[in-house]
Amino acid sequence: MVRAVCDDAPMRIGRSRTKATAPVHDGLRDELAAALGDQHVHTSSIDTALYARDASVIDEGATSVVCFPATTAEVQACVRLAAAHGRPFVARGSGTGLAGGAVPCGGAVVITTTRMDEIHEIDIESGVAWVGPGVLNLDVTRRLAPYGMHFAPDPSSQQSCSIGGNVANNSGGPHCLAYGVTSAHIVALEVVLPNGEIAMLGGLDAEPDGYDLRGAFVGSEGTMGIATKIAVRLTPNPPTIRTMLIDFEAVAQAGATVSGIIAAGIVPAAIEMMDALTTRAVEDFVHAGYPTDAAAILLVEVDGLSGGVEHDLQTVSAVARANGARTIRVAADEAERAMLWKGRKSAFGAIARIKPNYYLHDTVIPRTRLVEVLAQVYAIADKYGIHVMNVFHAGDGNLHPLLVYDAREPGMTERVHAAGKEIVEASLAVGGVLSGEHGIGLEKREFMSLQFSEDDLEHQAKLRRAFDPFGIANPGKVLPSGASCGDVFSMTTEQQRALRDGGVWL
Amino acid sequence: MTADPSLRDFVDAVGRDDAVCVVGGRTQWSVGGEPSRSARTVQAPSGIADYHPAEMTVRLGAGTTLAELDDTLAARGQTTVVEGAPDATIGGLLAVGRSGLRRRRVGPMRDALLQLRYVSADGRLITAGGPTVKNVTGYDLCRLMVGSLGTLGCFAEVILRTRPRTVAAEWWHLAGEPFAVAAQLYRPSAVLWDGESTFIWLEGHVEDVAAQGALLAARGGRQVEGPPALPPVRSSVAPSRLAAVVRDGEAGRCVVEIGVGVVHGERPLPRAAPAAPIVELHRRLRDEFDPTRRLNPGRDPLHATESA
Repeated sequence: MVRAVCDDAPMRIGRSRTKATAPVHDGLRDELAAALGDQHVHTSSIDTALYARDASVIDEGATSVVCFPATTAEVQACVRLAAAHGRPFVARGSGTGLAGGAVPCGGAVVITTTRMDEIHEIDIESGVAWVGPGVLNLDVTRRLAPYGMHFAPDPSSQQSCSIGGNVANNSGGPHCLAYGVTSAHIVALEVVLPNGEIAMLGGLDAEPDGYDLRGAFVGSEGTMGIATKIAVRLTPNPPTIRTMLIDFEAVAQAGATVSGIIAAGIVPAAIEMMDALTTRAVEDFVHAGYPTDAAAILLVEVDGLSGGVEHDLQTVSAVARANGARTIRVAADEAERAMLWKGRKSAFGAIARIKPNYYLHDTVIPRTRLVEVLAQVYAIADKYGIHVMNVFHAGDGNLHPLLVYDAREPGMTERVHAAGKEIVEASLAVGGVLSGEHGIGLEKREFMSLQFSEDDLEHQAKLRRAFDPFGIANPGKVLPSGASCGDVFSMTTEQQRALRDGGVWL
Repeated sequence: MTADPSLRDFVDAVGRDDAVCVVGGRTQWSVGGEPSRSARTVQAPSGIADYHPAEMTVRLGAGTTLAELDDTLAARGQTTVVEGAPDATIGGLLAVGRSGLRRRRVGPMRDALLQLRYVSADGRLITAGGPTVKNVTGYDLCRLMVGSLGTLGCFAEVILRTRPRTVAAEWWHLAGEPFAVAAQLYRPSAVLWDGESTFIWLEGHVEDVAAQGALLAARGGRQVEGPPALPPVRSSVAPSRLAAVVRDGEAGRCVVEIGVGVVHGERPLPRAAPAAPIVELHRRLRDEFDPTRRLNPGRDPLHATESA
């Protein structure tokens, strides 16, 4: 596992000695079983080990109980019971997060939303669908297809990730370039607050009075409560979509094409770039006819009404040719389009054929610095002797360098971590930010002070405290802390009593 | 703190102790309540600091007028989703947070704010958000701040997302109800209804506006100069309630934004009182960000009164 930057509190490779676990069959377990049903509260060593991990490389987490509520009331019961027993909690959707957001710290009770997988209502007139947090991202779009609608945010993990997880991370995806990230597609949220109360944040009303609590909650990585019903915005399907695969003999040409497209006043639905190593890996896996001898390829998609789309297609082609594009292949039909996208979305899976371990990075840089930073990424990987593959949302400067390695090689994990830190620093140095999609979680909290001042971070802490004064919602995440994952939480008996006595704000 | 002298001056002006009220163009001055007379007025820095058309971002003082921003961006074929009176300041428009008529197509104003520098109640310059168009680094203080009426911090400088200016734009007028005709169109910029006739704003590529306009012409529509005059009192409801609002006359004579839910009427629509947990969250936020209530006193975002 890669070590955090903060030398005061190194996250150890392998099992931590400071994990906090409560005894397996204490009163908490029994009370949860009474509220949810015995079969929906798991304490076996297999379950607690499994649910201590998410899709990140972090293995510092530990829990003693995993709950599977089915309703808002049951989520509320889990939160209240955890607090009454002096325990924090962490919500978990599909566990596909890459930054350790669902890893339980401080002995957190894991509250899993997978049973809350109903699509409650499709309200075409209001332009929303009400869904449970456990509904999978792609399933929303599938259910909306008969209405000519879809849910726009499309992370590569959309076949597995949950809407609740999308809300927590303010997830992105290739189509966020033109359509916006998850926050722009969440209209209202029913949430269970950390004090156990239920509140509706936002609403169908166009301009609700008060602060945008809905907007503050989206992207808060589970530290402000648990969303139990979510009104997602319906996006009408564009009448025409055209998808192009463009290949280049030099990465710089691909980068210049991206800039040229934006400069021409076009905001495509998506612009994705893949480098040579990625393209070859993907082609071996998917056989979509990707040109395996290209230095870089662009996948560009434009959509809308047919006249404008044709116009944009011509402009994109002209820009690409002016920048030395070798071939421009326009998908002839929906099947070909699907295959081109399958290649892009399977890119990370394809690398398993190269090396057994990978660390997927996520930073954002100004679009015009893409080629320069890419060169630095290659140099950094080279310096540490690590393979790197690059796939990214070129349209909005969101880099995903994929460091590919074998953790069994001595010293390799440390080198991967050091390379990762340099990639983050290189991104920040050109005016970028720490994360475009994956969030901060545990993975990047010690980097937060590279981007924000202490005063800035204190203000983020104010927002969090307003929602969660006792720090019981997913402690240890997002904001830097000197403590390791096991040690992040403590609650006095007075605070415990206050929470138990009905959510009194102290 | 910052090398920028105009930002430092603003931090000094806001100070740490007494009541302050930020004044911009006074175009939405009484939204949320009249500011307390005892508050000292201050003005945010103005001027375009940085503009990168290729990055689609622009950095400017919060005291910059919309007219100055629009002129600067128009020269490079760009615009933002911020709409309002030309002499309104960007900071003021964001602090009030009301979107323009294009919301149906381009989304609400709050999604345009990428980075905000504000002066806190205890006199510090805080940076929220980041300079890139995509960013999930930490908490979304920018969303919290849009619409906050300056009660959590005094806006000093913003970075906005820009977008290409649309090439073609047309307003159309048709007799009758908007629902069926709106369903035929793909992402019109605005669909307005006054109970008798429908106004539609088409924007985009020349070819697309022509094609959609042809659809409207076939339904008996004709091109007009612009939108109808909007009655002065602004309210909002869920979009599905608009038909009832118009039919029952709850807001008096009104023009409503179909698919969005904003109502421009003669009187405000009654609002349900906010739920207790929401009131409590607002109190906690205020306590955290402005414990002595010195920032823009007299304004209450939770009970924003409707006015022009």
